[in-house]
Amino acid sequence: MSQITREEVAHLARLSRLALDDAELDGLAAQLDVILGAVAAIREVTDAADVRPTTHAVPLENVTRPDVVRPSLPRDAVLAGAPQAEDGRFRVPQILADEA
Amino acid sequence: MSSTDLTRRTAAETAAAIAAREVSAVEVAQAHLDRIAAVDDRVHAFLHVDAEGALAQAARVDAGELSGPLAGVPLALKDVLCQEGIPTTVGSKILEGWRPPYDATVTARLKAAGVVLLGKTNMDEFAMGSSTEHSAYGPTHNPWDLDRIPGGSGGGSAAAVAAYEAPLAIGTDTGGSIRQPASVTGTVGVKPTYGGVSRYGLVAFSSSLDQAGPCARTVLDAALLHAVIAGHDPADSTSIPLPVPPVVEAAQKRDITGLRIGVVKELAGEGYEAGVEARFAEAVELLTALGATVTEVSCPHFGYALPAYYLIAPSEASSNLARFDSVRFGLRVGDDGVHSLEEVMSLTREQGFGPEVKRRIMLGTYALSSGYYDAYYGQAQKVRTLITQDFTRAFEQVDVLVSPASPGVAFRLGEKLGDPLAMYRQDLATIPSNLYGGPAMSLPCGLSDGLPVGLQIMAPTMRDDLLYQVGGAFEAALPAPVPSLSWES
Amino acid sequence: MTVPYLEALQEFEPVIGLETHVELGTNSKMFCGCAAEFGAEPNTRTCPVCLGLPGALPVVNEKAIESTVRIGLALHCSIATWCRFARKNYFYPDMPKNFQTSQYDEPLCVDGYLDVEVGGETVRVEIERVHLEEDTGKTLHVGGATGRISGATHSLVDYNRAGIPLVEIVTRPVTGTGERAAAVAKAYVAELRDLLRGLDVSDVRMEQGSMRCDVNTSLGRPGEPWGTRTETKNVNSLRSVERAVRSEVERQAVVLRSGGRIVQETRHFSEATGTTSPGRSKEEATDYRYFPEPDLVPVAPDPAWVAALKAALPEPPSVRRKQLVTQLGLSENDSQAMVNAGVLDLVLATVEAGAPAAEARNWWLGHLAQAANSAGTSPDELAITPAAVARVVELVASGSLTAGLARQVVDGVLAGEGAPDDVVAARGLAVVSDEGALGSAVDEAIAAQPGIADKVRGGKLPAVGALVGAVMKATRGQADAAVVRKLLLERLGVSE
Ligand SMILES: [Mg+2]
Ligand SMILES: [Zn+2]
Repeated sequence: MSQITREEVAHLARLSRLALDDAELDGLAAQLDVILGAVAAIREVTDAADVRPTTHAVPLENVTRPDVVRPSLPRDAVLAGAPQAEDGRFRVPQILADEA
Repeated sequence: MSSTDLTRRTAAETAAAIAAREVSAVEVAQAHLDRIAAVDDRVHAFLHVDAEGALAQAARVDAGELSGPLAGVPLALKDVLCQEGIPTTVGSKILEGWRPPYDATVTARLKAAGVVLLGKTNMDEFAMGSSTEHSAYGPTHNPWDLDRIPGGSGGGSAAAVAAYEAPLAIGTDTGGSIRQPASVTGTVGVKPTYGGVSRYGLVAFSSSLDQAGPCARTVLDAALLHAVIAGHDPADSTSIPLPVPPVVEAAQKRDITGLRIGVVKELAGEGYEAGVEARFAEAVELLTALGATVTEVSCPHFGYALPAYYLIAPSEASSNLARFDSVRFGLRVGDDGVHSLEEVMSLTREQGFGPEVKRRIMLGTYALSSGYYDAYYGQAQKVRTLITQDFTRAFEQVDVLVSPASPGVAFRLGEKLGDPLAMYRQDLATIPSNLYGGPAMSLPCGLSDGLPVGLQIMAPTMRDDLLYQVGGAFEAALPAPVPSLSWES
Repeated sequence: MTVPYLEALQEFEPVIGLETHVELGTNSKMFCGCAAEFGAEPNTRTCPVCLGLPGALPVVNEKAIESTVRIGLALHCSIATWCRFARKNYFYPDMPKNFQTSQYDEPLCVDGYLDVEVGGETVRVEIERVHLEEDTGKTLHVGGATGRISGATHSLVDYNRAGIPLVEIVTRPVTGTGERAAAVAKAYVAELRDLLRGLDVSDVRMEQGSMRCDVNTSLGRPGEPWGTRTETKNVNSLRSVERAVRSEVERQAVVLRSGGRIVQETRHFSEATGTTSPGRSKEEATDYRYFPEPDLVPVAPDPAWVAALKAALPEPPSVRRKQLVTQLGLSENDSQAMVNAGVLDLVLATVEAGAPAAEARNWWLGHLAQAANSAGTSPDELAITPAAVARVVELVASGSLTAGLARQVVDGVLAGEGAPDDVVAARGLAVVSDEGALGSAVDEAIAAQPGIADKVRGGKLPAVGALVGAVMKATRGQADAAVVRKLLLERLGVSE
């Protein structure tokens, strides 16, 4: 049985901001199907049901820093890597969608 | 002394010679730069060589401004760690030309220790791969056989060490990216305890798994490097606030009498090459002969480590790699005054990322999606707990666990490129330690068909010293094989 | 065709909900040491962490955790014993990592309430959650006619604000308010603002964006399930909160009456028209793909520490208000006038900042109330703090400012020229009592009005007032009138 449809792959590509072309979509749909088939084994692990998930390999808690100001980067260094900058700011092309 | 001799020395020998003023750090650096110039067009371990910076740092050591156990020793830095002002690409087109405005903590500690940074090494793009073939800048070649892969993702670091371009290198290990390259290049590679080495400035692939560690030709060299880079860092919230385990002392102990060693039953059989299993069996015999008590141990959930890893790591990666969006740094494609920002972001990511990276971003986006989260990402995190419990129970019975580091020897370039699952299976034996967080080492245990085989040692968290104790004793009894480098002549 | 608000609420029952974002007044940002300050040059308060550069990692600001717990306690919430940060994944250029480090199913504080007074009655607004997250950068849209996103040719991003700690306070749906819905919404936000000010966790300046509200509104017919809600984003003044509810009620009533359906959507509030308009919707529902933030470890507030914070909370604003009114001996009429004008808390805060009660009252019921009125805003949204008013009062008391100059200083502060002392310096408004400097103005006044000068010389002393007025006018009010009078009399050879 197929794990993932081409439409789902196209949706994932939009969520991931990847402008995949048709051939790539087809290829990825097939590859993801195979990979998802392989990782589906994880769903067989029935003794996982009552287990607490591990999100962190180290059992640390409450790691914080004092509320102290440290120097920021010089603005030249901040903007040096920018594809485009203007008036001390990062310049981007026109934005279509509103903020979520 | 000839420059060949300088490059053949261990890091410990080189550091001692420099400290004794038998040789200058500048001479050592120059010898390695010459070596890189001579062989790297064939090995392609480096993406960037910083001759000027290396010589300047060496001069500071010679001037007595910097000192320490590794002062003046050259090192190759995996291109996933930020070095201020030096190109850092992570093997990706999307970061081509980017020069970080800051040093990773590991980089800063190396500089402060007087280590001489030669340059940045090649890697699978964003550390996703087991062959270095997924580098956007072309593959690295295994010094044992240039037609073969040097492992990955840290193939550049391992190959640089194996080809005598550097006595030391830094790798990073998310699912085996230090140990599998070490295994197939006949070098020593260590993934420290997660949280033992700061991740600050390490370009993230999978935050809960990534860990930087040493690559070297000897166990002691690896330990010396481990001691320089490890230790608590307040800039990394997951950094463990405890003293570094006594790795250097352990490496020098060379005694494992009475140590309890467990052979992991599940890390054998199907998927492991016969030659690898044969060398591993001999290694186990040798450990017994050295006075260790060897028993078989079962870790029943290890079989699910690979699927758990291939859900957790891509999920975290899909989020970590979202910042590569053409706004603040890196590549921008399609900014023609017509395309919107959304389109420019999508075009940039489409062209800037290679196929394996896109595959994993898509997989991770899927696994985190509402409706699939519980079945995939959530379930994988639970399996991670079970794997951790397997380790915890095993370490109630034994002090360390052993297995082959990699299921096979170095395969041919191109052999597995069309089959992602075959590539993923290279990490069968290394992934469990990443999911658990404990330290693990690969060190040479002989050859199969003339190619190196790696022995993996796994220890409990923050017992990195045990790796070095076992590794040091094993290496003393069975010195690492030396590559012929016949392609040089 | 609109349905008037009151008429709409005779036919439909409103449900409102408020999500309020508050920037904490910490020294440094949420996850890095950059200064968390308003108004710096673009991108000068940024570092690898808050720019989301490859490799950078966050570390939690302990003060932000403390402030959030104190807010939760002041809102009668339970404080989590263990919780985590989560990543909220979506692409937007003002968000450096393209995920927001926030909290999802494990907020720091849950299940509280805030009582508000509306029309002499107490309404309990239930709080669902209070959680901690990070603010985004600021985007400037260039090339469009309005500075808005539509029509812009490109945009410019400043990340100074990115990573400033942001507390999100979410109410449960508020039902049964009927025609008071808009007033309750406004009163809730006002009370919340006063509470946060009392906790000293934020400067809660809605006009500067350090407190921002999203207002949810729905209408349903009595006895039927709640209607579909809309979310009006970034409503940035108390007055607008009220207007946003009113306009959504009126708009939705029209749709519902004509048999239409309300679309669940994000809407924008226009200060200019007082109405909402639909946001540009995406073609697909967003899936934020929340998961626990692996770069941060869990937060487990120590119950003893939480208890200590609780014990040290200040009195809530309602109690403090009553105490102060009594202490200052304000009459019932006085305090009622101040409540009606919406300045009671401002007066009290000005007194707390050191001004005499009478002066504070006069400023807020007088010049400042007028200023608010002519600006079409409420007094608490004026760009002047009670502390600044107290400073002006102090300058007058010390003789550095005359009453006229003080009004000019206040107008300067309102115009965004800085703190009172900055305005005094920049506008050169200090009282001039230097006799040499006034001499020429005095001579000119005498020369310009020889008839009046003669009258004074002739012994008609009260006539000197006209000359004093001329000098004051010539010096734009900066002269000390007593000194001017003395000088004039000297020059005219008259003694008192
Ligand atoms: Mg929020
Ligand atoms: Zn910062």
